[in-house]
Amino acid sequence: MSKQINVALVGNPNTGKTSVFNTLTGLNQKVGNYPGITVDKKEAVIKLSRNLKAHTLDLPGTYSLNATSLDENVVIELLLNKNDKDYPDVVVVVSDIENLKRNLLLFTQIKDLGLPTILAINMADRMDRKGIQLDIDLLEKRLHTKVNLISARKNKGFDDLKQSIIDYQKISLVPCLDASEIDTAYFESLKKAYPRQDLYKLWLVITQDVNFGKTNRNKIAAQNEFKPKSNSEIKRLQQKETIKRYQFINATLKETLTKDLALATGLRAKIDRILIHKVWGYVIFLAILFLIFQTIYDWSTYPMDFIDESFLLFSEFVKQNFPAGMLSDLISEGIIPGIGGIVIFVPQIAFLFLFIAILEETGYMSRVVFLMDRVMRKFGMSGKSVVPLVSGTACAIPAVMAARNIESWKERLVTILVVPFTTCSARLPVYLIIISLVIPDERWLGVFNYQGITLMLLYLLGFGTAVASGWLASKMLKVDFKTYFVVEMPNYKLPIFKNVVYTVVEKTKSFVFGAGKIILAISIILWVLASYGPTDEFSNADEIVKSSTDLSSITEEELETEISSYKLKHSYIGYAGRAIEPAVTPLGYDWKIGIAIISSFAAREVFVGTLATIYSVGNEDEQTIKTRMAAETNPILGGPLFTFASGISLLLFYAFAMQCMSTLAIVKRETGTWKWPLIQLFGMSGFAYVVALIAFQILK
Amino acid sequence: MSTIADLKKGQKAIIGEMNAQEIPLKLLEMGCLPGNQVELIQIAPFRDPLYLNINDTFLSIRKETAKLINVNLIEDE
Repeated sequence: MSKQINVALVGNPNTGKTSVFNTLTGLNQKVGNYPGITVDKKEAVIKLSRNLKAHTLDLPGTYSLNATSLDENVVIELLLNKNDKDYPDVVVVVSDIENLKRNLLLFTQIKDLGLPTILAINMADRMDRKGIQLDIDLLEKRLHTKVNLISARKNKGFDDLKQSIIDYQKISLVPCLDASEIDTAYFESLKKAYPRQDLYKLWLVITQDVNFGKTNRNKIAAQNEFKPKSNSEIKRLQQKETIKRYQFINATLKETLTKDLALATGLRAKIDRILIHKVWGYVIFLAILFLIFQTIYDWSTYPMDFIDESFLLFSEFVKQNFPAGMLSDLISEGIIPGIGGIVIFVPQIAFLFLFIAILEETGYMSRVVFLMDRVMRKFGMSGKSVVPLVSGTACAIPAVMAARNIESWKERLVTILVVPFTTCSARLPVYLIIISLVIPDERWLGVFNYQGITLMLLYLLGFGTAVASGWLASKMLKVDFKTYFVVEMPNYKLPIFKNVVYTVVEKTKSFVFGAGKIILAISIILWVLASYGPTDEFSNADEIVKSSTDLSSITEEELETEISSYKLKHSYIGYAGRAIEPAVTPLGYDWKIGIAIISSFAAREVFVGTLATIYSVGNEDEQTIKTRMAAETNPILGGPLFTFASGISLLLFYAFAMQCMSTLAIVKRETGTWKWPLIQLFGMSGFAYVVALIAFQILK
Repeated sequence: MSTIADLKKGQKAIIGEMNAQEIPLKLLEMGCLPGNQVELIQIAPFRDPLYLNINDTFLSIRKETAKLINVNLIEDE
């Protein structure tokens, strides 16, 4: 019978903790979410010996047990809650040899919780190069624990680390700091009130806003023997604790660690001189953004076209090989294209996260924050919001996911909320066809093409609205967590290939299985609404069209398109389009555009395809659709339907409206509630409606 | 008395008194404590934030925070 223990990996950010986890566990890890919040939960079961397995949990990076973010809260809630099923039997604190002093702060805190705590010092391969020497035996004695030197990059020291985990019961539980040293009188009274509890644990329950079994802080405060302290006194004690811990750490490292300062290379300074230069810094950042943008926008079209065609072929195959009927239709026209509509985003997501992982791994992302913080702060966002905002120009879905790198929840939420305003590539087909219809193909001052200017203005409008609404949202949002701007500037490192690949795989999976379900469900609903109708006109479409047209004058193919046009007009969506006609007439649209707007909720570019079907244009050739659209007349005002006024109104509507179910699905996934996507849906589409209304009424 | 916000690029100083109530605890945990050395590595364009080396930890903080931390300059020999 083999035994299973719980192991928790804890450590400061930038210590390579995730690489250590990847090396320990390999690909059998599982990534999920902590209930109710969107903090990644990575876990894996590994085999330590013939009869010992370890359920290993990679906890979010944190600098201390004093939580200032949701991520950090996860760590403390687990370490304080004995009843949690993941409560560790042993904790491995991962630290970085070059930042040992700072890393030890967290180590001493966890050690003082009375948990067996192993210190794993990562990046030990750099010791020689950096002239660092460490007296491991003495360090183990001073910290009362097992110390392992490891290197995730070189895959060294992991057998010893595993052995330390196996022998976890031998680790001493002696604390590093006697908690009562922080304030003798206060801790004495605490001890009296709770004689059986660990003192340092009690202290954390008081200072941190977390649930901790039966003893919560209100109960502690209610004890008679015990006098609670004010918040400012508690903060003073927390500072005193930090100072005490550093005194202990400094004394310990003075005995055990020597650094040859002459060997400390100036690589950081050299690279920094270029990367955060007041001119070159921005030039390089712009160049990198341009490269990312090009990749997502341009390169991913090839795999996307391939995916598109493969799913079409697959759907054709099913249609031909399955007995005709509702089931075959559902599979070939509803489910397969629905899944295709999810998979189509994979190349863009993978490319974006490939770049982001590299930027994070190398340490460059912190420099971006440093360069951009001042500008982005004005709009309620962080320096890190730049990457999501720019990638939103390709597609909002990977962009919303990229916002996960922003530590402050408020800045992250603001970024997620405003990203869909940026002009994504799905708006482009809609813009292009309308612009070519209503904007003259002439030159202004003989140089600038009006159509080009309009397109550029639309891009600027999207970006401007995103930034402006960021400012507005940051003024309106009330968020409990007070976060501060303290950003570590890590050493430059070459990215570890394995980590980059893991990030890409993990993000793609989280999209496909997380948001994918919602997208599939909505696209099937939309398909049903467009493929079935409530009346006889729908069910008898074939006969009606055949009897009303002169069969000898049209080809088989033309007849088919006539029938599908007639069917769409009499489907549920068709009736919905007619039902909303009174609402869209003031914007200058007719019920056919209404249908196209409703169905393009699946994805904006569907607008063009839907119009093609309604106007019974057989192929989606732009020129044919354009000619057909230009011939449409306005049923109420007379004259052409697509005028300058209605065209501008439609452009503005598409610029602002939340016309994308996939974005809503990913926002739901990333924020953990339907509240924010619904605010986006009604806020953005409401705004779009008003702006389009005003534009048409003024211009008509 | 000067603060970290008054340092010039490349200047080093010893951290002295600080307005403890308003300083994020996270900064203290990174080693920003009285008696430790601080060096201003670089100031971002638009004069904010500041890039510092505090007690061998490299980090950046906003000017508003830097103003709360008093320092004593180390005179260059």
